This record gives sequence, C-alpha cells and structure tokens, in this order.
Amino acid sequence: MARDTMRLSPTLDVEHHHVRFLGNLVLNLWDCGGQDAFYESYFDSQRDLIFRSVEVLIYVFDVESADTEKDMSHFMGVLEAIDQYSPDAKLFVLIHKMDLVAEEDRESVFLDRQKMILGLATSRFNFAVTFFKTSIWDETLYKAWSGIVYQLVPNVKALEEQLNSLCEICGANEMVLFERATFLVIAHATHAAHSDVHRFEKISNIIKQFKLSCGKTQAQFHGMEVGNSAFTAYIDLFTSNTYIMVILSDSRIHTTTTQINVKAARAAFEAFVP
Amino acid sequence: MISSVPQLTDLTKPRILLMGPRRSGKTSILRVVFQKMPPHETLFLESTHAVDIRLANNNPFLQFQIWDFPGDFFFNRVSRNGGEGGGGGRELGGSMTQEGEGEGPKGRELLDEVGVFGAPAALVFVLDAQDEPYHEALTRLVDLVARGQSVNPSLHVVVFIHKVDGDLFLSDEHKVDCQRDVQHRIAQELRDASLEHVEVSCFLTSIYDHSIFEAFSKIVQRLTHQLPVMENLLNYLISACKMEKSFLFDVVSRLYLATDSNPVDMQTYEMCVDMIDVVVDVSCIYGVKYDAKGEAEGPVYDSDSSSTIHLSNGMVLYLREVDE
Repeated sequence: MARDTMRLSPTLDVEHHHVRFLGNLVLNLWDCGGQDAFYESYFDSQRDLIFRSVEVLIYVFDVESADTEKDMSHFMGVLEAIDQYSPDAKLFVLIHKMDLVAEEDRESVFLDRQKMILGLATSRFNFAVTFFKTSIWDETLYKAWSGIVYQLVPNVKALEEQLNSLCEICGANEMVLFERATFLVIAHATHAAHSDVHRFEKISNIIKQFKLSCGKTQAQFHGMEVGNSAFTAYIDLFTSNTYIMVILSDSRIHTTTTQINVKAARAAFEAFVP
Repeated sequence: MISSVPQLTDLTKPRILLMGPRRSGKTSILRVVFQKMPPHETLFLESTHAVDIRLANNNPFLQFQIWDFPGDFFFNRVSRNGGEGGGGGRELGGSMTQEGEGEGPKGRELLDEVGVFGAPAALVFVLDAQDEPYHEALTRLVDLVARGQSVNPSLHVVVFIHKVDGDLFLSDEHKVDCQRDVQHRIAQELRDASLEHVEVSCFLTSIYDHSIFEAFSKIVQRLTHQLPVMENLLNYLISACKMEKSFLFDVVSRLYLATDSNPVDMQTYEMCVDMIDVVVDVSCIYGVKYDAKGEAEGPVYDSDSSSTIHLSNGMVLYLREVDE
C-alpha cells in the first residue's frame, strides 16, 4: 500500500530481500541505503561484495533532489564499479517521485533528466540504460517493474507466440499473463486495438489492491469475471505460477467456452512458464 | 443524474448536518465519501468559511441535502451559500456541477435554529480524536443538541470520533478506549444539561479505511423510510438463494442502503466495497462504449454490469445491478 510507505524508516546499509518469481526464479533484491556514508563503504570496503555478479542494477533518482550534482557523482561511481565487476549487468534508471511534478511538465522534466544522465554516462561507459519515470501513487511503478522483469523471463518470445494463437482460437480481444505472486505482466497478446497503453499496469494495480483486501479475511484471490454490456473480462489461475486475463467483447462468445479453451491450453503453457 | 436546475422539492429532502470544531475533518469526509478524493489529498483542503449545501442524488434511495458547516459557525451570525428560497443545493456524487455559481449577497440569508434543524435531519458531529482534551468540543456538542432538540425532537444525533488513524491509534484497543471515554463523557455532559433522554450514537471513523463509509451508511439508513421493506426483501433473497450475506449498495458512493438481518462483518463489507472498486476500475479500462464519432458514451457501470469473484476459502462474491 502506497500510503503505508510513510512509516518506513531510512534503509541502513544493505537490506536483502528475496522474491520468488515464476516458481523457481529467485530474485535477490539488495536494497542499498542512500546516505552518503553508505556510498563511501559501497565504493570502498564493500565494493567487491556489492558489485560482483550483479544481474540487474536499478538506480533510483529523486526528481526533486536538491543536489543533482552529488546524485550524479554517486551514480557515476556506481557505474564505474559495475563496469569493473559486472560489465554485463542490465541497467535501469527510475526517475522517481514524479507525483511531485505538475502533470503537464512530467514528460519534459523526465526527458531533460534522462538526457543529462545519459550524456554523462555514455561519455565514459558503454552501457545501454533503460529509463522509467515512476511514482508510488500510480501505475508507473508497475510499468517499470514489468519492463525490468520482462527482460529476465526466459522464452518470452515463444511464450508470446503461444499466447497469440490461444487468443486467436478463443476469439478474444486480448490475453495477458501475469506472474502469480507479484501480478506483474510477463506476456500479452492483443488482437483488438486499445487506446490506453498503461492498461496492464492499471489491472495489476487493481488486482493487487484487491488481493490485499482478500488477505485480511484469510482468503486468497482465485479468479473473477467482470462485465458490462460492452465487454467481459475473465481472470483466473492459469499455470502454477501465472494468472491469465481474457478480454472478450463479442457477446456471442460465452465465457464458459473460453474457460474450457483456457483450461485445455494449461498443460501446453506449463512447458513455457512453469 | 445531474439536474442543472435545482428543484423546489430538493429542500424538503432530509438533511445531514455536518458540524464540529475547526479542522476536525468535516469537508474531508464529504470529499472522500462523495467525490472519490484520495484520502491523502484532503490535507490540502482549505477550511470552510460559509455553510456549504450540496445535494446527494445518486439514486432514488439516496436523496439528501448535506450541509457542511464552518467550524466557527454561530446561529444567526453566519449566512449560508446557495440560492434563495427554493434554490439551495448543488449536485454531489459521480459528477459535480461547478462550484460557487450564483452566490451573491442577494442569495444569502441568516440561519437560525429553525432554519437549520426544522426539517427531518441527522446532526453529525465530527470530533477530532487526535485533538485532546475534548472538553470544548463536547460542550459545543451539547449546546447543539439542546438547540436541535428544542425545534426538532426527532433529530438524530451521531458523533464521529474521527481521525482514529496514524501513530496515536495503531491498535484497536486504543480506539475502543477512546470511544468508551468519549461516550462516557457525552453521557455525563448530557445529564448535566438534563438532556439524558437524547440518544447519541458514536462511530470510530477514519478516511484512510472503510470506517467512514460504514458510519455514513448507517446515517443514510436512519433517514430512509423504506429501510424495513428493503431489509425484508434482502432477508427473503438470502434465504431463498442460501446466501451468507447481502448488501444493497449505492455504487457511486459505496454506501450501503440496506442489508439483511444477519450480523455485519466489517471485513465482508470492506471486501464488497473493494469489489465495487475493482468492477468500476476494470470497466473504465475495457468497458467504455463509443459512439459513432469515437467519443466515450454512457456510464461504464450499466444495467448489464455484473461480476463474480472466487476466493480460495470457497467464498464467492457476486455483484449485479438491481433495478432502480
């Protein structure tokens, strides 16, 4: 819950978290404290420990930071260490707390900042960096995490092909696969154009909130069906580590048929996403 | 649902009168319950300077005037906003009409006890639980009760022990203690003023959870004449369909207008409210209908809206539209 973050205290040194993703893919998350004193030890005594065998670096900039110069020098220090110990790491930069910037300025502030960071980084290093603008108050954070996780899912291309044919068979407008524990998007097939590019992140956000409220009653969310006169959305457990969402707008297709089709496809999909 | 010209009949609708000390959270409550303002944004609300009358007109069973008073309101001294005579009231609910229109000195009139309490009404006194001691606020409450009773003996009196959130109220025990303390003191003050016959009910509320919706639902139910009929119908429904619990909701405000006679479990209610959020939010993404020009048309929550949610403990939540 976003508002509960107010109670968080500053991270001391490095906090380790594990997230089990798609069953057997364990992400070790190292949450590194951002105070100056910690940076000194990251760059110095802990350098080897922190920066060796890094698969993914997610660096978070505060968009409202008062001291961008210091932020940049820290970032350059990190890049230098990554370049030395884990040159193959994938790099992501989040320009965070975007909610503090007026909505109409967000895009330009983001592009400015991106240009500045990229300019400095590429002058010395040869990394490809993916940028996201984020805020904990909306779906942008999911967008970022989905983008990051997408690059880590094996077989993602083959998976999308399979999903496309299932979508075709079911006559669905859209099918989306979500990771079970995090509800992040891992693949989608879209057969009817939709104007909202952030819709998957919004759905993730909506379902995650609802899962929290189910948790209070000691029950887990299994699946749901929602519809009005224009559409039916059907979300259900799919493979052992994913949920599937099917969007139908053709009122001649009964959801029971879709359920049977989806059920039949389950076994085949287990091979791609356990 | 939006009536641009306020009807004369609007002024005969029951009133919900929100009163209480300054900064106790009256306007925040209205914004959160009726205008879907995210709770953390209410921090930036300005204080209310004149009585603000709005109309809740979400469906045939939810028809009210809501009067938001300034904290320093004194009878006869402060004028109210809104049109003269029959014109009072602006729409609340899914869509708001523009604010502050047509408010000239001409449209103002002085308010006395009869003007405020002289119609079917519920007095909702909002008490800031984080602002101890409550002595001054409770004195004010008793004064209001005395004035209200003198013109309208059937006035409902409800106290919201508000802002029971944050660091001061982390445990339920704190909240219950606070409620007991306040209730006790109100009873004492009322006795001292020889008003012990007045029934005052207290609710613990916060805009950061569902408690404010639950409390507001109770007030709305008290002012609804059809309540016993609706409750009976729901009782038939659950016994005929072997359901555990049923709520009749106003989808726009998430208030429940009636429920069957089985006990209300707060968690079930919360889950139902969250379910409505899910249904409306998902429909806003995929259920928007377009007219020939490609523009969005009609409400996303329509007469065909329905939803089923399955949970791991075998519980099934079912939602559907019932006729207006």
